[in-house]
Amino acid sequence: MFRTALRNVLAHKARLLMTVLAVLLGVAFVAGTLVFTSTISDAYQKSSEKGFTNVDVAINPDDADVKDNPGDAPKLSQSLLDQVTKLPGAESATGTVTGFAAIPDKDGKLVGDGFTSSGGNYFPSKDGKDARYTMKEGRGPTNVREVALDSRTADRADYKIGDSIDVSVDGPVLKQKVVGIFTTDDGNVAAGGSLALFDTKTAQKLYAEPGKFTGIELKAKPGTTQEALKAQVEKVLPDRTEVDTGDKLADDQAKDIENELSGMRTGMLAFAGIALFVGIFIIANTFTMLVAQRTKELALMRAVGASRRQVTRSVLIEATVVGSIAAVTGLLAGIGIGAGLRSLLNSSGATVPDGPLVITPTTIGASLFVGIVVTVLAAWLPGRRAAKIPPIAAMGSVHAPPTTRGLVVRNSIGALFAGVGIALVLAATTMDDGKGPMGLGAGLLMIGVFVLTPLLSRPLIAAAAPVLRIFGMPGKLARQNAVRNPRRTAATASALMIGLTLITGLTVIAGGIQNAIDKMARDSLKADYIVSMASMTPLAPEVGEKLEKQPEVEKSSPLRFSPSRVNGKKTELAGVNGKAIGDLTKLEFTEGSFAGLGGNRVVVDKDLAEDRGWKVGSSLPTTFEDGKKSRLVVSGIYEGNMIISGVMVDNATLTPHVKDIADFQVLLKTKDGLSDDTKESLEKALGDNPAIKVQTMDDVSNDIAKLINLMLNMLYGLLAMAVIVAVLGVVNTLAMSVFERSQEIGMLRAIGLDRKGIKRMVRLESLVISLFGGVLGIGLGVFFGWAAGELIGPSLGSYELVLPWGRMGLFLVLAALVGVLAALWPARRAAKLNMLAAIKAE
Amino acid sequence: MTTTSTATRSTAVAARATDLRKVYGQGETQVVALGGVTVEFRQAEYTAIMGPSGSGKSTLMHCMAGLDSVSGGSAQIGNVELTTLKDKKLTQLRRDKIGFIFQAFNLLPTLNAIENITLPMDIAGRKPDKQWLDTVVETVGLSGRLKHRPNQLSGGQQQRVAVARALAGKPEIMFADEPTGNLDSRSGAEVLGFLRNSVRELGQTVVMVTHDPVAAGYADRVVFLADGQIVDELYEPTADAVLDRMKRFDAKGRTS
Repeated sequence: MFRTALRNVLAHKARLLMTVLAVLLGVAFVAGTLVFTSTISDAYQKSSEKGFTNVDVAINPDDADVKDNPGDAPKLSQSLLDQVTKLPGAESATGTVTGFAAIPDKDGKLVGDGFTSSGGNYFPSKDGKDARYTMKEGRGPTNVREVALDSRTADRADYKIGDSIDVSVDGPVLKQKVVGIFTTDDGNVAAGGSLALFDTKTAQKLYAEPGKFTGIELKAKPGTTQEALKAQVEKVLPDRTEVDTGDKLADDQAKDIENELSGMRTGMLAFAGIALFVGIFIIANTFTMLVAQRTKELALMRAVGASRRQVTRSVLIEATVVGSIAAVTGLLAGIGIGAGLRSLLNSSGATVPDGPLVITPTTIGASLFVGIVVTVLAAWLPGRRAAKIPPIAAMGSVHAPPTTRGLVVRNSIGALFAGVGIALVLAATTMDDGKGPMGLGAGLLMIGVFVLTPLLSRPLIAAAAPVLRIFGMPGKLARQNAVRNPRRTAATASALMIGLTLITGLTVIAGGIQNAIDKMARDSLKADYIVSMASMTPLAPEVGEKLEKQPEVEKSSPLRFSPSRVNGKKTELAGVNGKAIGDLTKLEFTEGSFAGLGGNRVVVDKDLAEDRGWKVGSSLPTTFEDGKKSRLVVSGIYEGNMIISGVMVDNATLTPHVKDIADFQVLLKTKDGLSDDTKESLEKALGDNPAIKVQTMDDVSNDIAKLINLMLNMLYGLLAMAVIVAVLGVVNTLAMSVFERSQEIGMLRAIGLDRKGIKRMVRLESLVISLFGGVLGIGLGVFFGWAAGELIGPSLGSYELVLPWGRMGLFLVLAALVGVLAALWPARRAAKLNMLAAIKAE
Repeated sequence: MTTTSTATRSTAVAARATDLRKVYGQGETQVVALGGVTVEFRQAEYTAIMGPSGSGKSTLMHCMAGLDSVSGGSAQIGNVELTTLKDKKLTQLRRDKIGFIFQAFNLLPTLNAIENITLPMDIAGRKPDKQWLDTVVETVGLSGRLKHRPNQLSGGQQQRVAVARALAGKPEIMFADEPTGNLDSRSGAEVLGFLRNSVRELGQTVVMVTHDPVAAGYADRVVFLADGQIVDELYEPTADAVLDRMKRFDAKGRTS
C-alpha cells in the first residue's frame, strides 16, 4: 500500500508541485510570522535590558508619593556617595548621571533616530577607568569640552578621535571633542541607540544639579553578599531614596519588560494565529480538491479490491509525504521571509531594533505541526469521503454534482453564526469595555460569512453579469462556471477574503485614528509653530526664553508640567504663558475664558471639573512641587482633549515653585504666519539643533501619518503573505475546473470558440472568483473597522469613520490582479487542450 | 477497390478530400490512419462513413472537419482549403460553415436548450435567423423544452438539441460522430430521422461516422473504409445491404 501511495505522489508531478507549494506557502507564512515576531520582540526586550553584571547594590531616588512633597525626589548627593564608598562591604561605588543626548551625523541627521539617544557620565575609579565601559580607542572624557561615543555610533557617523562634533541635549547645541570610543553591554546601544559620555561634572550640570547624581551603583568586596551590603547601605540611607540588590533589580527589570512587551506579544500572537488559520485553510482546501480530482482513481483501486481503509490510508500516506517535505522547506522559507521582512522594514527607514534572528522551538513546532498534522487531517476527511463513494459511481462521472442538502444545513449554521456575530459586534460598540464581545463577535461573524460564502456567491456573482456581458459568450460562460460549484468557489474566494478583511479593517481603523489625532491638533491649536524635542523629552527653559525674544515671534508660550497636589489629590499643573495662550489655542470655554488666567486664578478642563466637583469660583488648596502651599481659584472651564487638559496655571505663578524647569513643548505665533524663512530663522536661533523640532501643523500631521503608515506597512507586509497563498488557491481551483471541464472546452473549441475565447473564459472566471472574495473581504473589513472605531472612538474624542476609498479601490484592484495572475497558467492550459482528445475522452 | 467515388448523383460538392494522408507517430511506431483517401461529399446528400474499429473513419471526419491536422494531401470545405489555414481561421470556419454532433458531451450544462442551440452564433456575436431557428426547433420537436437545462432532458432530447445547434447556423456541411452511440434504439431512430429530414426538407449536407448498419441505412450513400483506404461505396443502402458488405470485409480481413 505504501508503495502505491508513494508512486501516486511521484506519478503526478505537476499536481505534486502544486500541493507541495500550497502547503509550503502555508507553513512559510506561519513560520515567517513567528520568526519575525519573536525576533522583533526579543530585540525589543534586549534593547530595554541594562547590564547589572557590575552592580551588586544600587541606590536611586524614591519617586513614591510623599504627602507634603508632590515634587520629584531629590537627586543623590556627593556626600552620600562618599559615605557609601567608605562602607566596609563596598569595593567601589559609582555615581551615575543619565539623560538625553543626541548625536547628529555629518549631515545633521540624528544617529539611531527613533531609539533612545542617551547620555551619561564617565566615572573613573581609582585606576582611572570606568568598569561599565571598555575603551576601544582613546580615553574617557575629563573636561567640559570632551565626549566619548559608543563604537557603533562612531562607526555609523564616521567620527574619529579628535573630531569636533555637535551634541544636542535639551537646549543649545554643545560643541564637543571626541576623545574616546568605547563598547558597552547597554541593551539600548546594542539595539541601535546611541550613547555619549561626558565627564561627571558636565553630565551633572546637564542632567542633574552640580554635585548630584541620578543613581549610585556599588560593587561588593569579595566575600560580602549583596544582601549584606544592602543592609549596610540602609543604615546611612537618607529619606526618599531606595536601595536594591543588583539581583532584585535585574529581576524587576525582567518583569517590567515582560509587562511592557505583553501587549506587543499579544498583537504578534494574534498575527501568528491568523497565519496559522490561513495556512490550515489553504492546505485543507488544496487537499479537498486533490482528492476530488482523484476520485476516479481511488474508485478504480476500490474496484480492483482495495478496502475502504486501504484507500483512506493511501491518501494519508500521500499526505504525510507531501506534508513532511513541504513543512521542512516551508520552515526554511519562512525563516528567510522573517529575516527578509526585518531588513525590508529597516531599509524602508522604519526603526526596528537590531538583534539576532530568533528561531524558537515553538516556531519550529508550530510550523511542522501545520505542515504535517494539518495536511494529514485535511487529507483525511476528503479521503474518507472518496472511499465511501461506490466505485462504479465514482468511475462513471468525473464531476459528481455537489449535493444541495448539505448546503441547507450549512447555510443555517452560517446564518446563525453570522447573526450572533453581528449582534455581538453591534452590542459591543455600545459597551464601555466591549473588547471581549467585539473580538468574539468578529470571530463568529467571520466564521459565519466563511460558512455562508457558497450561498452568497450566487447573488454577488450574478450582480457582475452586466459587466461580464461586454465580453460576450466567454463572459457569460465564465459567470456560470464560477457558480457551478459554489462550495469550491467559496472556499477559493474565502482565502482572499480573510486577507482583505484584515487589510481593510486595519486601514479603516488607522485612517480614523490618524484623522482623529490630526483633527484634534488642528482644532485645539492656533499656533503657527510647535517646538519640541525629537525624543519626546522635555526642552530646556532656555529654548522658550530664546524663542520669545526672536523678532519674528509675536506670541509664545511654553507648556510645562509640574507634579502638585490639588484638593488633596496628586495633579499635574500645566504652566502656560497666561497672556499668550488664548491666541495659541482654540479651546471652547463652557464658562469663563483665558482672560481670567493669571495670579492664583486658573482654568480647568470640563471632565476634571466634573470629576472633582469644581465650579467657577471654587478655591482649591494646593501644594506645589517644592512643598509650598497656596490656594488656586477656578476662573474658567474649558473642553479639554488629548493634547491639552488639566489645570492650567500662569507660568509666573508656577515657575518659582518648579525645581527643574522642563517644557514639554513651546507654542509660537509669528508675525508672518507660516513661511519657510521664518521657520529657518527660528531653527537658526536654536543653533540648528537636530534634536529640536520646529514644526508647523502640517509637519505634525505628516509625522503622525508617517508613524501610522509605517505600522500599516508592517502589517501589510505580513498580510501580503496571505494574499500570495490566496493566489495559489485560485490557481488550484482553476486548474481543477479546467481539468473537469476539458470535454466541454473541447466541444466549445470544435463549434467555434477560438483559443483567445477559451483563455478569456478561464481568466474571467478567475477574475469573478477573486473579485467576489475581494468584495466580501473589503465589506467585512469596513464593518469591522467601523465597529472597532465605535469602540475606541469615545476615548479619542474627535474619532470618526473615514473610508479610505483610494486604498479600498487599490485592494479591489489587487484582488483583480490576483485573479488575472492566478489564471495565467490554467488559461494557457485550457487553450492548449487537444480538442479531439478532450471530446473523445470518456 | 470495387467502385471509385466519382459518381455524379448531385451537382455541387460540399467537401472534398484528395489523397488525404494522416500518420501518427514516427519510425517503428508509425501508424498510418489514412493512406491517401480521395472522396467527395455532395450538397444535400446524407453520407455515412462506415468501417471497423481502427479503419480511420473518425480520423477522416476529423480531418475533413478541421478538427485535426493532416500529414499530406488536401481537404476542402466548399472552395476553402483547410490544410493551409491557421488555427484562428480554422476556428472561424468551423463556427460559421460547419455543424457538429458528437457522441456525448454535446451540451454545456449551464446553458438551457435554446441557449445551447444558439451558442455558435453567440460566440460569433451574430443574431440567429429567427425564422430559420423556429423551423429547426420545430423539425427536431423541441418547442416545449427550450428553457430546460440539459440535465432536465433525456438523452435523446439532448442529442436533438445538439442536432438543432448544428443546424441553427445554416452550415455548409454537418458532421456527426456516432450520434446514436449513447442512445437507446428508439431515441437513436428519432435522431437519425431528424438528420435525414434536415437533408430532405431543409437541403442540408450531412456526413455521419457510424459503425451501426441500421444508422447507415438512413443515409443516401455509404462509404466503407478499411485500414485507412476507401474500399467500397453503396447508394440508397438498407441496413441489411450494409451488414452484408460489412460481413464481406470481415471475412476478407480474416482470410488475408
